[in-house]
Amino acid sequence: MYKIVRKKSLNKTVTQMEIEAPLVARKGKPGQFIILRVDSEGERIPLTIAGTNPKEGTVKIIFQVVGGTTTKLNNKNEGEFIEDFVGPLGRATHTEGIQKVCIVGGGVGCAIAMPVAEEFHRLGASVTSIVGFRDENLVILEDEFKACSDKLIIMTDDGSYGRHGNVTVPLKEMLEAGEQFDMIITIGPLIMMKFVTLTAQPFGVPVTASMNPIMIDGTGMCGGCRLTLHRDGERITKFACVDGPEFNAYEIDFDEAMSRGRMYADFERHSYEETCNLFKKA
Amino acid sequence: MAINPKKHEMPTQAPDVRAHNFQEVALGYTSEMAVSEAERCLNCKNQPCVSGCPVNIHIPEFIDYIKKGDFEGAYQEISKSSSLPAVCGRVCPQETQCESKCTLGVKFEPVGIGRLERFVADWHNENVTENPVKPVPNGHRVAVVGSGPSGLTCAGALAKKGYDVTVYEALHTAGGVLVYGIPEFRLPKTIVAKEVDTLKALGVRIETNVVIGKTLTVDELFEMGFEAVFIGSGAGLPSFMNIPGESLKGVYSANEFLTRSNLMKAYREDSDTPIMKGGKVAVVGGGNVAMDAARTALRLGAEKVYIVYRRSMEELPARREEVEHAEEEGVDFQLLRNPVEILGFQNPEDPRDPRNGFVTSMRCVKMELGEPDEKGRRKPVVIPGSEYELEVDTVVMSIGTSPNPLIKDTTNGLEVNARGGIIVNEEGLTSRESVYAGGDAVTGAATVISAMGAGKTAAKAIDDYLMNN
Repeated sequence: MYKIVRKKSLNKTVTQMEIEAPLVARKGKPGQFIILRVDSEGERIPLTIAGTNPKEGTVKIIFQVVGGTTTKLNNKNEGEFIEDFVGPLGRATHTEGIQKVCIVGGGVGCAIAMPVAEEFHRLGASVTSIVGFRDENLVILEDEFKACSDKLIIMTDDGSYGRHGNVTVPLKEMLEAGEQFDMIITIGPLIMMKFVTLTAQPFGVPVTASMNPIMIDGTGMCGGCRLTLHRDGERITKFACVDGPEFNAYEIDFDEAMSRGRMYADFERHSYEETCNLFKKA
Repeated sequence: MAINPKKHEMPTQAPDVRAHNFQEVALGYTSEMAVSEAERCLNCKNQPCVSGCPVNIHIPEFIDYIKKGDFEGAYQEISKSSSLPAVCGRVCPQETQCESKCTLGVKFEPVGIGRLERFVADWHNENVTENPVKPVPNGHRVAVVGSGPSGLTCAGALAKKGYDVTVYEALHTAGGVLVYGIPEFRLPKTIVAKEVDTLKALGVRIETNVVIGKTLTVDELFEMGFEAVFIGSGAGLPSFMNIPGESLKGVYSANEFLTRSNLMKAYREDSDTPIMKGGKVAVVGGGNVAMDAARTALRLGAEKVYIVYRRSMEELPARREEVEHAEEEGVDFQLLRNPVEILGFQNPEDPRDPRNGFVTSMRCVKMELGEPDEKGRRKPVVIPGSEYELEVDTVVMSIGTSPNPLIKDTTNGLEVNARGGIIVNEEGLTSRESVYAGGDAVTGAATVISAMGAGKTAAKAIDDYLMNN
């Protein structure tokens, strides 16, 4: 059992928790993830590590309430416990030799992008952050990004906060203006990451995308998280849990990943509705 | 008294009933059946059966206890050699091991050793409630990586000698393949849990949610004071065929399909874990895992289940009993067939059609057996122009695994072979001092009992090593 030490709502549907898990806190690095189960009958879900406090032995996670499991998790309070918490899994963000980085985050993906930006900042790299949200009410982690970015651009789809438009707009402007980045790291919805990649392509800037596919064990056993990379005309199957979660974005088959991500869309909607009804009744 | 030429039949659930439930297929002997079957044993002096057992259970001795009606005595006799009798009695391929060496088998059917072992273990679990006596601690600490058959066996053998043993398990439940892989109807999870509890009563500590190679490394285990480490991390990454369409929705590895159903209990209506149910299912492969996947698919409500295997029934590597059970339950064996492509739905009018990207069929070719290969197995060859389409909704790839790199990548000096299996000597010692390994992590996918054999061998080697240092 793992204690919820702190809980904080970041917006209507996004929650931050700090979980007591000393072994994970000691080892966890930006870019890695954990897998948790809320209760003894629950499913295993992967969540990226949003920060660690090795001294206190806690790990920060940020999640959006989208399905049955995240609803159950969100209904847990400070001081309560969750059943299982395992990690750190996957490989840490590659930081070596990168002096100027552009972090492009979207929605709840910004929760994953933020510790990556912090890590680059800590290592002395110049950090440009472009973060996008649907509207003003969904903006999260603004102060955190401000603290670790040399330049921060906030975008909203409806223009209710920051600049109006997609994250690709300022990215394109900067690249066109001759801005040089050693690496663009994009974390968020697949469709956004696909277009960030397409935007960067003509400029020849390396792009890394952080994938968050469906997973069970997270240790390379089930193969559910597999994705296809296109390299030199060949199709290569990779497992996001052990080979990733970060990959060279130019090689990723985003369309396939989007399709696979919707495998249980019906089931999830159903489970979300059922769980909501349960909590409403209670 | 004339010897009954046949083994006592194992009572089972009727095929048409069991194909729709997840309860155990084989129901087990009654006391009368067990005693009567035990009486078929000739009690041969040279004990050929024992040499056929990877953990060398004292078979004639335990059978002798059954003859006398002393079932607990029989259990204690088995326990001297095996830590998981209720498991082995169910999943061991006895027909190629102990029973294949049985003297009776020359003329008649061999003694049903596996069925007797299962009976004894079940009798003990039902009738004996007191815990085994905790051995006197010897002050030495050993870490075991993985709580599957090799890890549990190694842990049990060392605990009985007084070692302070901690088992690290990556998943949330102990048991490894016994809980994520082998289905409920073949090995009920309560039985695995009971065997694990017995080990805990011997003093074995089990730490779930710890991935060695990630949460902790092998080197850190030594820093923590462990004097030896046994790696029983099991088989690893599932293999795919590298044919087009394997990323479509509805294509699973057998590991994923079985893990969803077994470990995550997706077969239950109230489970939070989704799985594709119903429709037509093709399982590609011919091993025990393929049989488990096919029979699981049936029980999840599939209207039709195929086994697609590229050789003939004769070469099919699964246990005969599993194949027979699958056939009785209605699994359709498409033999000498091989998939070349998986096809999916695509609505040309509507890219957002929710049906897009789901499997609709599998294109296969027919095969014939050609010349034997270097291993003597006849190589399947494609019959030109034999392509056909098999209409399916779900495809389960059950064609093996390759070793997991997590431990190798984080343990300096741990040598692996070209396939990624950890290299060990005959005692289970790896290229690193005080680090032992066994089971699928060494051999690649094999049986539960061979993994147990390796765990037992390593336990003995660890004991020799720590006692002499």
